[in-house]
Amino acid sequence: MSNATLVSTTVNGDPVQFACPTDESLMTALRNRVGLTGVKEGCGTGDCGACTVTVDGSLVCSCLVLGVEAEGREVTTVEGLSQDGELHVLQQKFIDHAALQCGICTPGFLVAAKTLLDRNPNPNETEIRYALAGNLCRCTGYDKIVRAVQDAAKDMRKASKKRR
Amino acid sequence: MGHEQKYVDKKYEVVGTRFNRPDGIDKVTGKARYGADASAPGQLVGRVLRSPHAHASIVKINTSKAEKLPGVKAIITSADLPDVTGGDQGLADILENCMARGRALYDGHAVAAVAAVDEQTAAQALKLIDVKYKKLPHVTDVDEAMCESAPVIHDRIITRGVEPKPTKPSNVAARTQMGHGDIEAGFAEADVVIEKSYKTEQTHQGYIEPHACLASVNPDGTAELWVTTQGHFVFRNVCASLLGLDIAKLKVTSSEIGGGFGGKTHVWVEPVALALSRKANRPVKLVMGRDEVFRATGPTSSTSIDVKMGAKKDGTITAAVAEMRYQGGAFPGNWAMLGCMTAFACYDIKNNQSIGWDVVVNRPKVAAYRAPSAPMAAFAVESTIDELAKEIGIAPIDMRLKNVAREGTLAPYGPTYGPIGIEHTLKAVKDHPHMRAKLKKNQGRGVACGFWFNIGGQTCTDLNISVDGTVNLTLGTVDVGGSRSSMAMIAAEELGIPYEQVRANIADTTSLGHNDMTEGSRGTFSSGMATIFAARDAISVLKQRAAKMWGITEEDVIWENGQALATGDSHSNLPPLSLKEIAAKSGRTGGPIAGHNEVVADGAGMGFASHICDVEVDPETGRSTIVRYTVVQDAGKAINPDYVEGQFQGGATQGIGWALNEEYIYGDDGCLQNAGFLDYRIPVCSDLPFIDTQILEVPNPLHPYGVRGVGETSIVPPLAAVGNAIANATGVRMTHAPMSPPRVLAGIDTLEHAS
Repeated sequence: MSNATLVSTTVNGDPVQFACPTDESLMTALRNRVGLTGVKEGCGTGDCGACTVTVDGSLVCSCLVLGVEAEGREVTTVEGLSQDGELHVLQQKFIDHAALQCGICTPGFLVAAKTLLDRNPNPNETEIRYALAGNLCRCTGYDKIVRAVQDAAKDMRKASKKRR
Repeated sequence: MGHEQKYVDKKYEVVGTRFNRPDGIDKVTGKARYGADASAPGQLVGRVLRSPHAHASIVKINTSKAEKLPGVKAIITSADLPDVTGGDQGLADILENCMARGRALYDGHAVAAVAAVDEQTAAQALKLIDVKYKKLPHVTDVDEAMCESAPVIHDRIITRGVEPKPTKPSNVAARTQMGHGDIEAGFAEADVVIEKSYKTEQTHQGYIEPHACLASVNPDGTAELWVTTQGHFVFRNVCASLLGLDIAKLKVTSSEIGGGFGGKTHVWVEPVALALSRKANRPVKLVMGRDEVFRATGPTSSTSIDVKMGAKKDGTITAAVAEMRYQGGAFPGNWAMLGCMTAFACYDIKNNQSIGWDVVVNRPKVAAYRAPSAPMAAFAVESTIDELAKEIGIAPIDMRLKNVAREGTLAPYGPTYGPIGIEHTLKAVKDHPHMRAKLKKNQGRGVACGFWFNIGGQTCTDLNISVDGTVNLTLGTVDVGGSRSSMAMIAAEELGIPYEQVRANIADTTSLGHNDMTEGSRGTFSSGMATIFAARDAISVLKQRAAKMWGITEEDVIWENGQALATGDSHSNLPPLSLKEIAAKSGRTGGPIAGHNEVVADGAGMGFASHICDVEVDPETGRSTIVRYTVVQDAGKAINPDYVEGQFQGGATQGIGWALNEEYIYGDDGCLQNAGFLDYRIPVCSDLPFIDTQILEVPNPLHPYGVRGVGETSIVPPLAAVGNAIANATGVRMTHAPMSPPRVLAGIDTLEHAS
């Protein structure tokens, strides 16, 4: 490995260090160096969204970000969605609604859907469809995915009302 | 042990309800391991060098510079994959497709491969391999390839099915003909005759997970392969045959599969990875890039189809003829034959004839894509039926009902239908609220039907009961759409225990007998049947053990609701024994309790569907938007309705993509110009409405639960349903799919100029 650079970053809340070549994508670094294979490669060109993660809260295709750009940032992957052994509501709803078949796109959809609901707790169908338009799914026709997100949003709104 | 395969009507406890899939948690948490997610100690990175030319002689491959690069551990060419196929042309074609042998036959054809210590080194090594090509004339269009003047791709191809046998080689691999009746008499009876020509472009299955595998070959001839596949047993047999390995010594494990749709029924990089590992004597992981997936794997045929149909004024179709040309890429296939078999299968047409031409071109070797060949034939036939209906002045739905195939109809491909569901789906469509939904300006509605076979094939299943009464169901058919859940439900149903008590698992090839691919909508049909029989085997063992525990004869024991009951007056004092109680004592009553079944599952049902599509066409841009879509399909029996709906919706969406956007675009140089998801555009979430579904259940008489395969039929009607909707929205009959904005706009312009 030539031109390796040491990168110090935070992944799913944990401090992480890895060394990677300067031209290596964050996707490859997360998969091969951090061991988070929930980050999927579908195209490597930012077209399919299977490698979607957040960097400092912004939704990105990790194949279009360099590993070295993670320096000092906070990265969240699908592996960071469930907390204390509990599935995130979205994860549970994806299972309950059969919103996944092969499941290869699911990590990217979950990260994208969570980012949407963090910003807009009550999206309408069109808003959901556009928020998820950067993620390709070839199995489901998106029907059950949209329904799962709608149902998760409903539950999350209820839970947040209770908290208040 | 023989088991009764016939359908028995009964009330179900588990089957037909909705359960969550056992692989769900792994897939939503990122734990599920796909083709590219495995690693082995000391593994190398494999990469493939591909031809930049559509057709070229490989004059020389010089690997010496690449070999000297530090970190390069093996470089292979076809010389490292000697032909050991023993005259099997089909296998030899697969071998040549995996690695070019003296000639590159299409843009993207593999010519060499490298294994190196890391990705960077492997990529650098590819650049250092010097290949000297001599370009040859190429042809990528199916009609052009059939011309006398076209460059002949294989000297060995003499057209089959033509009398007298041609003396010269050509690109036409085979001619197929089928049908029945007297065509001329049929057309003579017709009041209206419509004749049209259609074209469909090449599409890709578009699975989001690229092909990926991890191969490890030992010097003693034992080997392991971890791979994303629809059929690891078949991959094992094919790879072993191509590499000269003993079949049982190659252990193949199927990873989670990130979509296949037929494209992962064929080997591409797996023999290459094994050959690299054999040479490097280290494990090799080979993952394709998306551009490689488009250029070198998968696609379905592009076609050119002529259809002529005649009907009486009352709507009766008196004669139908189709002549269909399908390209199979650089190697011959039977794709046109499948088109012929399906073209008129939804209808009872007294006089029908289908002629198919299988053609080779300089494109990647065509692979199965969900109901392979049927969508193109349906596009041509179902569009023509709408034109006939329009000419006669009858509603298209009534035209279809008037001619629909029923039990007893002679199918165009030979058999006489048993109970089938096409008429049920059409009637359901006619009654569906969707048909009464109001259409707005620039909107139109289309209906179309579709047919696809189901196949049975070889299946082998184990069912093992643990001492605590939980059950391992060991399957060999890869789970592509939720079949582990469905199989666990079936086992629970048979045994009379809760779904949660069963864990279904896909075994590797060393742990179970041979299973055919998950293809042809066979997974739930055949594996379901083997699961039923394996469970019934286990029940007979459970009954023996209960008899032993009670000290009575086995004949006096029956199995009901998950427990053994002693029958007869003399045993009325014996309390029932549950599966758990019997399992707990198994060590003392004869050892582990298991059921097993191997079967060639004959009697697969036929799958029929009717779809309704509403489309809005923007007259300024020609862009079509789907505003409503409904799938009605006969499932025979839906084991888990969630996953049946999923198959309906997914197939319909793939068909919609094909209808509106997806196509391989080749330049004059014969190279693929859109080998990526940006330019090969599959439907995204914002392109679509909810896809409504209606499951009908016309039981398949040759499955204990009445199951028919449901995976594929849903991709068959959409091209025509969309085309018919566009025709009704714009007055333009589209005859070229995809019906992309430029094509629709051109159609609108032509219509406006004509009027």
